Parts: sequence; C-alpha cells; structure tokens
Amino acid sequence: MTKVSVAKEDVAASGDLVVLKSVNKHFGALHVLQDIDLTIARGEVVVVIGPSGSGKSTLCRAINRLETIDSGAIAIDGKPLPAEGKELARLRADVGMVFQSFNLFAHKTVLENVMLGQIKVRKADKKKAEEKARGLLDRVGVANQADKYPAQLSGGQQQRVAIARALAMDPKVMLFDEPTSALDPEMINEVLEVMQQLARDGMTMIVVTHEMGFARSAANRVVFMADGKIVEEAVPDQFFSNPRSDRAKDFLSKILHH
Amino acid sequence: MFDFLEGYDVLGAFWTTVQLTLLSAVGSLIWGTLLAAMRVSPVPLMRGFGTAYVNIVRNIPLTVIIVFTSIGLADIFRVTLGAADDFEALSFRLSILGFVAYTAAFVCEAIRSGINTVPVGQAEAARAIGLSFTQVLWLIVLPQAFRSVIGPLANVLIALTKNTTVAAAIGVAEAATLMKEMIENEAQTLAIGAVFAFGFVVLTLPTGLFLGWLSKRLAVKR
Repeated sequence: MTKVSVAKEDVAASGDLVVLKSVNKHFGALHVLQDIDLTIARGEVVVVIGPSGSGKSTLCRAINRLETIDSGAIAIDGKPLPAEGKELARLRADVGMVFQSFNLFAHKTVLENVMLGQIKVRKADKKKAEEKARGLLDRVGVANQADKYPAQLSGGQQQRVAIARALAMDPKVMLFDEPTSALDPEMINEVLEVMQQLARDGMTMIVVTHEMGFARSAANRVVFMADGKIVEEAVPDQFFSNPRSDRAKDFLSKILHH
Repeated sequence: MFDFLEGYDVLGAFWTTVQLTLLSAVGSLIWGTLLAAMRVSPVPLMRGFGTAYVNIVRNIPLTVIIVFTSIGLADIFRVTLGAADDFEALSFRLSILGFVAYTAAFVCEAIRSGINTVPVGQAEAARAIGLSFTQVLWLIVLPQAFRSVIGPLANVLIALTKNTTVAAAIGVAEAATLMKEMIENEAQTLAIGAVFAFGFVVLTLPTGLFLGWLSKRLAVKR
C-alpha cells in the first residue's frame, strides 16, 4: 500500500515532459533505434551527439511522430503520442521543431511563416498573431527581414526565423535536428546564440548537434548515441573530460583533437 | 475577298467556343485538384478511386465521352441538367460536363507532378506546427505545386480550347459546327478552313504566352 503511493508520487513529482520507453524502429533490415529509454524533465536541455547514422535524427523525429516507431511508447507531458489525426496535430503544435534544412514555407513571407500556425492552429486573430510574430522576429534578431521571402535570407537568418516560427506556437518542448549542420561557419554562432538564450529562459530542449561547444555550455545532460543505442548519458563536464565507454572515447578523440 | 463570310455568325460561334473553354476550364481545374488531392491522400479508398478515375477517363477518346453524355446521360438516363425542353442549352451543358470529366484527368496528373516538386520538408514543417493533412495540402503543398505547373496547365488549357470542337458531334453551335455548315454551303473551302484555324490561334496563342509569363513570375524561389 505504502509502496504504491510512493511510486505514484514519484511519477507525479518528477515533472517528466518527454518519456521514451523501449522504443524500437527499423528501416528495412537496419535497426535504427534499439530499445531506447530516455526521460527529459521540464526545463532540461538535453544534447544528443554521436556519429552519422547512429539514429540521433530518427530519435528526434520520432518524438513528434514525423517517424513512426515499431514498438515501445513515447509520451509527452503525460500523454501518449496519438497515432494519427487531430489528436496528433494538437500534440505536434505543442512540440516545436527546427530542421537542418530550415524548411521555411517558400511561398510565404518571413512574417507569414511565423503567423500561419498561430492563425490556423491556435485560432489567434490576425492582429495579435502579427504582433507576436514581430516580437519573436525581433527576439531572434531578424525583425527587419519580416517582409522578405525565405530565399532572400541567409541560412543563419532562415534558421532563426524557423526558431521564431516554432516559438510562435508556445511549445512545451523544442526539438532541434542538427540546426547548424547546413550553415556556413560564420552563421553558426548567430543561431547558437539564439538557442543559448532559449536555454537560459528555461525552455525544455532536445538538441541533436555536432556543436560540442554548445553541448558544453548549454546542456544539462549529454546523450551519446551509436549504432541505434544510447551508449552513455552524463553531465557535459563528465562526458567530455571523462567518458566511460570506449565508443564515446573513440568518438571524442576523433572530433576534439584539432 | 471575304464575302463568303456574309450571312454567317462566325464571331458568335467563336464566342460559344470561348464559353465552352472557360466554363470547362474552371470545372476541370476544381475537379482535377480534388482528384489530385485524392491521389496523394492517406486514405487508400480515395487513392484507389483517384487512380482508377484518371486511368480510365484519360484513355477513352473524347468523342466517345461527349457522345455518351448525349445518347447515354440524356437519352437513356434522362439527365436534363435543368434544360429539359431546350435542346441547345442541354447539349451545351452536357458537353461541358464531358469536357470537365475528361480534362480533369489531365489537370490532376499535372498537379500531381507539381506536388512532387515540393520538397518533403515543406510538408514536414507544416505538420510539425500542428496543421492537419487538409491544411498542409491546401495551405502549403498545393499553392507551391500550382505555381510550378502553370506551364503544363497551359498545355492542357490549349488542348481543351481545341477539344471543344468535339462538341460539334452533339450539335453544340460552336466554331467547328459552323465551319462544317459553311464548307457544305460555300465554294471557298480552303479560305474557310484558314479563317477557323486563324480563329483558334488567336484564342490559344495569347493564352500560352500569358501563362508562360505568369509561370515565370510566380515561380517559387528556393
């Protein structure tokens, strides 16, 4: 009796926002996600790193069901991920997503990109949506580009607009799928700075990235993936200075030594 | 030189051609878009219907379809389209029904190829902000798809303009019907043919040029 109530309190008090339990996924013969267990608490910033093909992007995309999973369970804010339809759309609205290739709506202006979800999904009125969009564009530093089309912006600017577009939905958690991998080197920092600021503001974030500097400075926890498995989880300092697994040691030696 | 034109309402006949074209174009654009939406929908029944419709309809000769609207729909099934006693109006409406049914299959395929030019990331980003399947299609994918297929749609529209001459088969008083009548009654057959050929070029050439310009102007920059 006592035991049961304690267990219940544990779940209630933990405040876990994203929970993955024994998640498996195959691409044909390739087992891309193997028994993934991962829990992300409210306000936590988790950085997922690992070599190419390790399943990090798939993991990220599975959390808002852009990739379906074969078995296991994913819950966001205590609700299991619905299979399809309106329920799924409602849940996706609460999960912000930033893509490697920006994916701004090419036929709409920057401002319209940030307003669209507010109007069509949140049913906000146009004036309020515009006000909020302009505020967010100002926050990510591209307010003066509001009336341009995405193709007229630099990669860094486009990615910051994409972040504003996701923030406009007031998401509970933000997913970043290699947000700086398609950027020229001099534009990476302007995007990372926006993400750092978000992390400081207490946003719950799951970030798939190769930016080890960002992982060190902004992450509460580093998750290291290889061959479809989570090999190691640790706080950044411990992970980078004293990795436990050979796979992580090998990976870090390849990327940190020049 | 053109006195053989006297007593014939050439402009009136071409006006009927223009009406047939415009009404059929609007109808087939709507029906064709719906068919394309069916063909990319996640519902297997809709996809199956769309695929079957396109593959059956586009492979039937237009003359057969137009004649069927008259002797099939009107004579056997008593479809009146609100014009039971007015033979002219009935044939006009029946032929438009036939043109829409036929042309929509081609419009559908043009739009579907346009949908394939829209990067998959556009739809993913739209789904990620919580838009429903229908919203993703109407707000994000189709607007971009349309802009990329204005050129191919111009081809369909030009073909439709010329296809309206098939309406002569069920007695619609459009350009080809009048041409046949004039050739029977007058001696200058070559000149008559030239006049009608010229009339169609006047209709279709500007259409092609205008839509070509529009497709460049509206192209989505990536």
